[in-house]
Amino acid sequence: MKEKTVLKVENLNVEFEREKILENLSFEVKEGEVIAILGPNGAGKTVLLKTLLSLIPFKGKIEWEPGIKIGYVPQRLPFIKDIPMNVKEFFELKNAKRNEIKKNLDSVALKEEILKKGIGDLSSGQFQRILIAWALVSNPQLLLFDEPTTGIDIGGQESIYELLGKLKKERNLTVLLVTHELNIIYRLASRCLCLNKKMLCYNIPKELTSERISQLYGEEIKLYQHSHE
Amino acid sequence: MLTKRMALVGDALGHVALPGMGLALLFNLDISLGAFIFLFLGILLIWLFEMRTSLPTEALVGVIFVASLAIGFLIIPKLELLEALFGDISEVSLAMTVVSVIFSILIFWIIKKIYPNLILASVSSDLAKSEGIKVKKQNLIYLILIAAIVALGIKIVGSLLVGALVIIPAATARNLSKNLKGYYTGSIILGVLSCLFGIFIFKLTGLPAGPLIILVSTVFFIISLASKK
Repeated sequence: MKEKTVLKVENLNVEFEREKILENLSFEVKEGEVIAILGPNGAGKTVLLKTLLSLIPFKGKIEWEPGIKIGYVPQRLPFIKDIPMNVKEFFELKNAKRNEIKKNLDSVALKEEILKKGIGDLSSGQFQRILIAWALVSNPQLLLFDEPTTGIDIGGQESIYELLGKLKKERNLTVLLVTHELNIIYRLASRCLCLNKKMLCYNIPKELTSERISQLYGEEIKLYQHSHE
Repeated sequence: MLTKRMALVGDALGHVALPGMGLALLFNLDISLGAFIFLFLGILLIWLFEMRTSLPTEALVGVIFVASLAIGFLIIPKLELLEALFGDISEVSLAMTVVSVIFSILIFWIIKKIYPNLILASVSSDLAKSEGIKVKKQNLIYLILIAAIVALGIKIVGSLLVGALVIIPAATARNLSKNLKGYYTGSIILGVLSCLFGIFIFKLTGLPAGPLIILVSTVFFIISLASKK
């Protein structure tokens, strides 16, 4: 079976004030793949996602499949609590209709009652799910998922990934996700992209040996820990 | 304004209007028209500065506003200064009232159209951009509308206090509301009530209407604080 290429990146370079953040990245993503992006703090993981969304100026080539719909789940939204808003209103910012909201809440295992809750009153786990459901509005073919583990209540973590697996199956999503969790990588990812400004590997998770990991993270091996700042 | 952490921008814009008001008084033109022209120039400058430096908008507005204040004081004839600073609603003619109402409706309509995008952009400009919203263009439209609102409000409460008319009703509504709908309907109702009560007291006492309107809205604000746990 020939799989469609949905994303092709060639010689991608990103600089901030003359400091190189991403250097010569080249990779391809095929339809239906789950790409785990891993690397230490400051490796440019979030920058990579934002660059793929054209939020950050870059040099090089980023080629999306024409017309592809992308859903973006950001790491956090620090300002959202400044605005009085309930969950329903948050969905309405995207013009989502009642049916679609309900369907997407179903997908992330939340009940409709949550629509009346204020965004500021949600637990971090609930908020994460809302962000996913929000990204799913208008049926994207591809999800960009930024470090979904930060700030998630303990115990909530596991199920977010079960959820991701389920979503992928249900909707045939292609997923690029930033993560620190080796569990996820081994269980869910079809490929992993090791990043520390440069791309250090792009292979199937089985080939991700412990040497590679320590090479990637240096002394900072926090991979098995479950909390990150 | 509040959601964008730009509460004081409205205030400062009141001062930016001052040179325009001065010129309008000198050449016997409508104050709001003169004010709007200068506000528009001021906003354009702020917008251009914003692309050149990473200073926060408030700092840029600060620079423009003190400069305008200085120019304003040089231009405005001494006799008219007080009216320019504090406004005089009793001087507003019927024709002008009609024009103001038409403009208000127009502004209201545009704001309503771009409101979801504006809110999304203030939640996260990245998220807004990833949804294909042109955040820069949106911000410019928003600022121009604010300029128009300030230009209209300046007749009522004058350049020193017009910021209060922009900030206080919204701040009060923010205290009282749990969702977006409550927030914006609350702001509108409180703004209108403040004006009505202020003018009512002005009719009774003969004290200047502008400061009275602001004080009434301040009283509402204090009450809202008390009602908030």
